[in-house]
Amino acid sequence: MKRREFVGLTGFAAGALFLPSFPGFGGNPVDPERLLEQVDPAIKKRLADAAMNAAKSAGATYADVRIGRYLNQSIFTREKQVQNIGSGESYGAGVRVLANGTWGFAATNTVTEAGMAKAAQLAVQIAKANSKVQKEKVQLAPQKGYGDVTWKTPIQQNAFEVPIAQKVELLLAANAKALENGASFVNSSLFQINEQKYFASTDGSYIDQDIHRIWPTFSVTAIDRASGKFRSREALSAPMGLGYEYLTPKAADKIAGPTGTGLVGYKMSYDMLEDAALAAQQAKSKLTAKSVVPGKYDVVLDPNHLGLTIHESVGHATELDRVLGYEANYAGTSFATLDKWKSKNFQYGSKLVNIVADKLQPGSLGAVGYDDEGVKTGQWDLIKNGVLVDYQKTRDQAGILGQDHSDGCSYAQSWQDVQFQRMANVSLQPGKEKMSVDDMIKNVDKGVYIAGRGSYSIDQQRYNFQFGGTVFYAINKGKIDGMLEDVAYQANTQEFWNSCAAICDQSDYRLFGSFFDGKGQPSQVSAVSHGSSTTRFNGVNVINTARKIG
Amino acid sequence: MAILSKDEAQTILKKVLSFSTADECEVTLNGTTGGNVRSARNAISTSGAVDNVSLAVESRFGKRSGIATCNEFDDATLRRCVQRAEEIAKLAPESPEYMPLLGPQQYLESPKSFAANTAGITPDYRAQQVAASMKLCDAKKLTSAAFLNDSAGFVAKRNNKGLEAYQQITNLDFSITVRTPDGTGSGYAAADFTDISKFDAARMTQIAADKATGSVGAKAIEPGKYTVILEPAALVSNSDASLLGALMNALDARNADEGRSFLSKKGGGNRKGEKMFDERVTIYSDPTNPELADLTFSGDGRPQKKMTWIEKGVVKNLYSSRFWAQKNNIADIPRPGGFIMEGGTQSTQDLIKGTAKGILVTRLWYIRAVDPQTLLFTGLTRDGTFYIENGKIKYPVKNFRFNESPVIMLNNLEAIGKPVRLGGNLVPPLKIRDFTFTSLSDAV
Repeated sequence: MKRREFVGLTGFAAGALFLPSFPGFGGNPVDPERLLEQVDPAIKKRLADAAMNAAKSAGATYADVRIGRYLNQSIFTREKQVQNIGSGESYGAGVRVLANGTWGFAATNTVTEAGMAKAAQLAVQIAKANSKVQKEKVQLAPQKGYGDVTWKTPIQQNAFEVPIAQKVELLLAANAKALENGASFVNSSLFQINEQKYFASTDGSYIDQDIHRIWPTFSVTAIDRASGKFRSREALSAPMGLGYEYLTPKAADKIAGPTGTGLVGYKMSYDMLEDAALAAQQAKSKLTAKSVVPGKYDVVLDPNHLGLTIHESVGHATELDRVLGYEANYAGTSFATLDKWKSKNFQYGSKLVNIVADKLQPGSLGAVGYDDEGVKTGQWDLIKNGVLVDYQKTRDQAGILGQDHSDGCSYAQSWQDVQFQRMANVSLQPGKEKMSVDDMIKNVDKGVYIAGRGSYSIDQQRYNFQFGGTVFYAINKGKIDGMLEDVAYQANTQEFWNSCAAICDQSDYRLFGSFFDGKGQPSQVSAVSHGSSTTRFNGVNVINTARKIG
Repeated sequence: MAILSKDEAQTILKKVLSFSTADECEVTLNGTTGGNVRSARNAISTSGAVDNVSLAVESRFGKRSGIATCNEFDDATLRRCVQRAEEIAKLAPESPEYMPLLGPQQYLESPKSFAANTAGITPDYRAQQVAASMKLCDAKKLTSAAFLNDSAGFVAKRNNKGLEAYQQITNLDFSITVRTPDGTGSGYAAADFTDISKFDAARMTQIAADKATGSVGAKAIEPGKYTVILEPAALVSNSDASLLGALMNALDARNADEGRSFLSKKGGGNRKGEKMFDERVTIYSDPTNPELADLTFSGDGRPQKKMTWIEKGVVKNLYSSRFWAQKNNIADIPRPGGFIMEGGTQSTQDLIKGTAKGILVTRLWYIRAVDPQTLLFTGLTRDGTFYIENGKIKYPVKNFRFNESPVIMLNNLEAIGKPVRLGGNLVPPLKIRDFTFTSLSDAV
């Protein structure tokens, strides 16, 4: 596409470029036309070789190079106006080396052969300095080189090629739907990310990857001025590893929620206008919803809610760096300790619970062909028939478990950050027997149905959690019985997963996503998805969160 | 070139403005240099370095605005950066909330915001501090994980309406978690400084180590409402949300006026001027405070001055955008940097001595909003929680989940200690009655 065509089509182009303080949305603001440029892989290979040769000459026994061009675009609107549009780019290279058995890392935005060599030499210098206080040498699991290979997120339409005017039009149309349906306020936004990542290592890999993510979302608020009460309802979209096709709704991707709620679940495409209209109606309904009576309930959790529960109580708990203590000062450790894994009989959940890690799941945020240390990705079991069977690992962790390969869990948020262990897509497998959400609810005598993320908090070893949600409905004698508010549930991770009593089948399976999962010091973000079908947990402690202030 | 002098910075900014053809143009230079070291399992795990200067150019034609940035400073690059900002501005939609750029402003002096010794930190200094910390833990057969991060930088602004600003700032923050080898005890310490002469990683490690060994064998006690002593690290945080931080984040005039804040009034308007907290609660900001020197100008160039937010329990001021202030004819106050909560002279130990029964909380974790209407938050205690009886720590207790609002908490105030610096704020330890713990956590 020619520059003039693109700029003409953008209409609004990159307007006021005040990016919000969302991690991962940094970088230099750029003309949107530049977002369509690509860097020739042959040039990147030459640059990577310059860095690796310099590293080896300086004494490195291993080196990897990541040349990254990270693009983002964000559009923010409220009611009938555009607030901000930002287009950002960050381009540079990170060089990681092993010298004297110790890691060293340096990054540069001078992406020339000389700049790369200098960064490599600095990385070796840092490694050698740190090796003086190092106690154990880093042991890398063996990794074969793949030569020149490529991988691309299987998108149908690059969202960066879609005119900004068209995206703004969609967001403002969603806002209009919300306002027509009684919203007092509505904020909507669209985030897009494209990671053009080139990885090379002294193992002999030259991997060029083009990764895309998208997240349309909104928040609708309804206010009752007389009482001073306000309630919000967030979008039920999921951030996805898809292109702009996610925003072309398809009937086949819609799944009816429980009878009596009007809710719709979305699979690989999302109807933003439909969701915005329903959100406004539900935000208004929340103003007069019944406050929940605390007690033990059977909770029925929609995938757009359960994804976060999986993320916090299984995804993070099975990260090996946490288990080993590397995150003790910040994100915490894990209750899923090595002795539990070694026992081969630690009942993490009921026998219905099968949880897999998958780095290739279609549509997921964490889908990549190769991770940030050149490991080809795949799928593996974390919990099988309720038993903890494995963790998530990088190359320097595999040997600690006596394993001979990494799981491909290495990721850095940008070229200037060092890669470390991050979560794969971690998902609950659907039930094997046919079961719709209505089928599930008809067997619940006293329960609460919860959809959407909300308030979420879990302790530093992933035992005790409290989760809220976006919308809540009472279940009474097998039927939805009106909207509830002030709902949160508290549980212990192991007890909760052992109370898993039923899982809907594959036809109900959807992905939840998190765009900005934080970890590490300095903190980095990564994006990850969690799939599940609607699932029932029996006898969960539901609390009432209503309070009064003077 | 990360730390440019005022003259060097303004010379670049004047040159950039001379390239502008826009109706309005504002240029900002930001420079940072520094580094970090992270350790875990008593060994350095990662370290990094930062050194960058970037220029942002905002160009405006009427109500249309565009921004471009660059980090090279030859004339050709600077001209291209200005041209790009102008191209973007011409294509942008008109902003319905447009406000003209500010003219000349008077800024307070804040000479203590920069310390040469912090700016002079070397990789060796970082390694020595972390090594001293690790050595102490090795000697005691304890395991530590720590993070040291330091930076020195400057901000310089100039626009074609006559605004001119420049300031240098330094910071070092350090945090450490020490655990017993069996995983049954954990302790934490954190602090930050403008001037590193007061920093001693080993001394902080000792505090965390004492908490770790003292927290072994924690007993379970029933959740419920307890008198608590919240140490400063439990009130603000350098790594997560915090209860007092959440309160400060909610003092936005627009949200309150629009009816979506705990400060919104029934029937419309906001609760500025109302007494909403215990009369001993006074919170203000002051960028010239020698212990907490901060930037004396905001991102949009408004002066940052001493500003009282809550005085003797009364909500005195709310911050707002310039647009919202003009539209509603209210005071035009920028959001502050750090804040200062007034306190007394008592240390945390003094507060413990004066407590018949209560719980000492070192740190709160994973704090998330539950209900914005009441500013209710949930989260957990972590890394050292102790039962107090008759003025002494009796035994360690298992961690709790809490559900509490800072609004309620600051109405249940029993005593205030001496403020200390943490997370860029000055915060006292607080003794609070009827703090709501809703469940137990097995996490250590």
